[in-house]
Amino acid sequence: MKKMQLVLVGNGMAGIRTIEELLKLGPDLYDITVFGAEPHGNYNRILLSPVLAGEMSLPEIMLNDLDWYRDKGITLHAGCKVTKIDRARRRVIAEADDGSATEAGYDRLLLATGSTPFIPPIPGRELRGVLGYRDIADTEAMIDAAGKYRHAVVIGAGLLGLEAANGLMLRGMDVTVVHLGEWIMERQLDEAAAGMLQASLEAKGMKFLLARDTEALLPASGEGEARVGAVRFRDGAEIPADLVVVAAGIRPNYALAESAGLYCGSGRVRGIHVSDTLQTVTDPRVYAVGECVAHRGVAYGLVAPLFEQGKVCANHLANLGIGRYEGSVTSTKLKVTGIDVFSAGEFGGGPDTEEIVLHDRQGGVYKRLVLRDSRIVGSVLYGDTADGAWYFQLMKERQDIHELRDHLMFGHSFASTRLGDAGHKGENRAASMPDGAEVCGCNGVCKGTIVKAIKEQGLFSLDEVKKHTKAASSCGSCTGLVEQLLASTVGGAYQAVGTRDKPVCGCTEHSHKVVREAIVKHRLTTREAVFGTLNWKAPDGCEKCRPAINYYLISSFPHEAKDDPQSRFINERAHANIQKDGTYSVVPRMWGGLTTPSELRAIADAAEKYQVPTVKVTGGQRIDLLGVKKEDLPAIWADLNAAGMVSGHAYGKSIRTVKTCVGAEHCRFGTQLAMDMGVKLERMLFDMYAPHKVKLAVSGCPRNCAEAGIKDVGVIGVDSGYELYVGGNGGIKTEVAQYLCKVGSDEEVMEYAGAFLQLYREEGWYLERTCHYLERVGLDHVKARVVADGDSRRALHARLLDALKDARDPWQTSREGDRLRQFIPLALEA
Amino acid sequence: MSNWKLVCPLDHIPRLGARVVRRPAGGDIALFRNADDEVFALHDKCAHKGGPLSQGIVHGRRVSCPLHGWAFTLADGNAVAPDIGSCDTFRVKVEDGRVFLSI
Ligand code: SRM
Ligand SMILES: Cc1cc2nc3c(=O)[nH]c(=O)nc-3n(C[C@H](O)[C@H](O)[C@H](O)COP(=O)(O)OP(=O)(O)OC[C@H]3O[C@@H](n4cnc5c(N)ncnc54)[C@H](O)[C@@H]3O)c2cc1C
Ligand code: SF4
Ligand code: FES
Repeated sequence: MKKMQLVLVGNGMAGIRTIEELLKLGPDLYDITVFGAEPHGNYNRILLSPVLAGEMSLPEIMLNDLDWYRDKGITLHAGCKVTKIDRARRRVIAEADDGSATEAGYDRLLLATGSTPFIPPIPGRELRGVLGYRDIADTEAMIDAAGKYRHAVVIGAGLLGLEAANGLMLRGMDVTVVHLGEWIMERQLDEAAAGMLQASLEAKGMKFLLARDTEALLPASGEGEARVGAVRFRDGAEIPADLVVVAAGIRPNYALAESAGLYCGSGRVRGIHVSDTLQTVTDPRVYAVGECVAHRGVAYGLVAPLFEQGKVCANHLANLGIGRYEGSVTSTKLKVTGIDVFSAGEFGGGPDTEEIVLHDRQGGVYKRLVLRDSRIVGSVLYGDTADGAWYFQLMKERQDIHELRDHLMFGHSFASTRLGDAGHKGENRAASMPDGAEVCGCNGVCKGTIVKAIKEQGLFSLDEVKKHTKAASSCGSCTGLVEQLLASTVGGAYQAVGTRDKPVCGCTEHSHKVVREAIVKHRLTTREAVFGTLNWKAPDGCEKCRPAINYYLISSFPHEAKDDPQSRFINERAHANIQKDGTYSVVPRMWGGLTTPSELRAIADAAEKYQVPTVKVTGGQRIDLLGVKKEDLPAIWADLNAAGMVSGHAYGKSIRTVKTCVGAEHCRFGTQLAMDMGVKLERMLFDMYAPHKVKLAVSGCPRNCAEAGIKDVGVIGVDSGYELYVGGNGGIKTEVAQYLCKVGSDEEVMEYAGAFLQLYREEGWYLERTCHYLERVGLDHVKARVVADGDSRRALHARLLDALKDARDPWQTSREGDRLRQFIPLALEA
Repeated sequence: MSNWKLVCPLDHIPRLGARVVRRPAGGDIALFRNADDEVFALHDKCAHKGGPLSQGIVHGRRVSCPLHGWAFTLADGNAVAPDIGSCDTFRVKVEDGRVFLSI
């Protein structure tokens, strides 16, 4: 079959990102031809600022060099500008730098022509030495001028203008920034933050002229031919200028599209008009992405939204037809080394908004959060921007913040733990860490390695950094730090992916939320049905999505959906924990941490009989037999079963342990029978699978010797009954459990704890511990379903009991029939 | 040259799963079966830190190691980018529903 022809006009960041996404989805769908007016491959335009500042070099900012196009079989016409689109004949006509003409036919056309700097109609704008700031050529011209001349004037104190001014200053020029507005970066900053920013730029030597209207650019008197020499303002004042950089805004580059009869709007909203599928509203064969586009009346000027557009566009180009682009919320960050500024959303506020402000003039820190209806709608941060990504995420996800409000201002680490954090989430100022500092403790990855990979490989997202450097890919506690490094390295181009809409894995566009809801709504009971309904890209998924889907199926339809062992991680398939040498560990259940002499004797016998190298008391009040050969597992289980013991599920995303203290059974302070309560809970929950592992503890009094404060469900006996706590965690992210309610009887403890865990089982996303689940849905939601509404609580509890009604010991069932086979090695026939 | 050795019936390897073949001289072989009933044989030793690949999760024509999640292409034993490394492969064939290895 002949492939379809796809032509891309504009070899820039948005266009090529779309092609990359398309190649991932359908590598063989199209013959691709790319026209680019610039004589280069695709480079990271954002990093022109560090290049100008002398912090990076041009080769370092290439994203796709010419070899890339060759490897992918893409025809690239670099230095070749498309001058005409003939939509009737479906051809584009281009002119190369040397004047020669090229033509190409298309079945689908993708326009990504970016934007052009806006140069206001000031007399003298045609003089030599007057530049916009957009591409490599502009940057090289500035570097060249900096080597020869002294005075630079930058018109416009927005992001681009300040980055240009900073670069020129670092290259030794005397730089004056001229700005029409009352304060700098007025489209991103409020007056207070702008004032602080201006002061610190002035301290570096930058000069500012605010509220100045430029009247004319004047030619230099000495130089015979027309090069700029000075800038004159409307008030008559003049300043010398050998170089003028005009950064007064950008305009979508839609001239080509308009000349081809594609609708490009009128009045204020100009740009190639596209629908939510990124097709032009005029011609469905023609797609457009990037800064040249107007989507729902908005033209974006930052990379992150353009990449989102590219993703959706690629999906439609690949004929998959999933996903709509519905617009983006953006944030900005100034890339001037040593200065941290961040802003997002409606930072200016309005009549119906409230604000929280922290202003430390001496310390150089200013933070302002704008709230409406208990949600963040805007933020401005100056001096300490470490929490920018967190505020931005709360804003994007429209999260209700009223529970956090008191400590919101003090940042994520403080708000989420307040008691310190074993992980590095709370570590501030990734930017100021030395390059050699270790960021990821699990994989031994240093800051320098990560920053280098981000720059050299052109990484923009957390997932990409994980793949390329392994940082944050194991326990995940350094995720926050890595996000900060991304934010400080790529500036506004980095947008934290909302956990809510993050795809489950590379096999799908859909989030856990969408997948879960689809399973319940359409009553999908097999993996095949899920993959079919949701258009999975890989026929049998991968090691990330299969376990998640398997869990969703069996938790949604307990006695109907069939468990798929091949979709479980090895530990759950072998009912034992795999060790680094390929042997396994065996942990029999000790209900509530209690055991008997005969159980201990059976354990001792088994350890000797199977030559178990290590016997250890675990942190969960039971005994671990470590180093058992896989083929011995069925036999050791049979011995333990014979002594009345069952699996401890130490390996599963399932109920683990219920820790207890000695309680009123023995302790002189005990108010409740903690051991008895613990055993009852553990028996109720036997064989319960969940999104992640689940641990409980019961203490007999508030001295809390069972450490109930860091458990998924903690129960603390008091004189009049029990206090219940939920969502604690003692692992990666130490989290103190939150108080749920107080109850009077053992039956109520079982009902409330059971209902909470069932709610988590039904609503939690795979690999989300209860503390993460709670952070997402809020304690109020849980209280409403579990405490306030008795019918809801009883129904949840009943569903839990129903799901567990015929639970059997997996150590018993895995010895039955075919299931035994996986433990027996094959031999070769002689 | 017929050094093909019978190992087991195809349906003794679970779909999207694996079995271990023990060699008297040591060096286990992992025998994989994918969704399309293709069978592959790899040295059961991950190129990363020696994890038993037979205990991994099979998807498409790949397996992900159980220890730290590196993925390998079953047909040639090469690690999937950005990881680098490879595992030895063995010739394997299925005839009349029976699996044979050549070693
Ligand atoms: C055996 C044990 C250590 C010990 O010798 O004491 C242990 C061993 C492992 N833990 Fe643990 N954890 C053990 C108690 C704990 C505890 C303490 C507790 O349960 O009271 C914690 C902190 C409490 C908590 O979970 O909130 C703990 C937090 C973790 C975490 C971090 C979980 C988190 O959400 O932050 C992991 C990683 C994971 O699950 O993804 C983990 C993962 C592991 C794994 C399964 C790593 C792995 O995937 O292979 C270890 C298996 C070793 C093996 O092969 O047996 N282990 N682990 C403990 C078994 C308890 C039991 O009887 O079941
Ligand atoms: C100095 C600088 C710093 C920046 N910093 C940041 C930042 O920190 N964060 C951030 O998010 N964004 C930043 N940006 C903005 C970001 O670079 C742009 O949003 C992004 O590059 C736009 O992508 P695009 O593909 O739409 O356009 P471009 O990347 O501009 O690509 C368009 C390409 O199309 C070509 N073209 C145009 N017309 C034709 C034609 N007729 N035929 C052939 N080719 C044509 C152009 O030559 C150009 O190469 C910065 C921009 C600059 C200039
Ligand atoms: S047992 Fe737990 S803490 Fe110890 S090394 Fe393993 S995962 Fe880490
Ligand atoms: S041993 Fe296989 S991934 Fe580490």
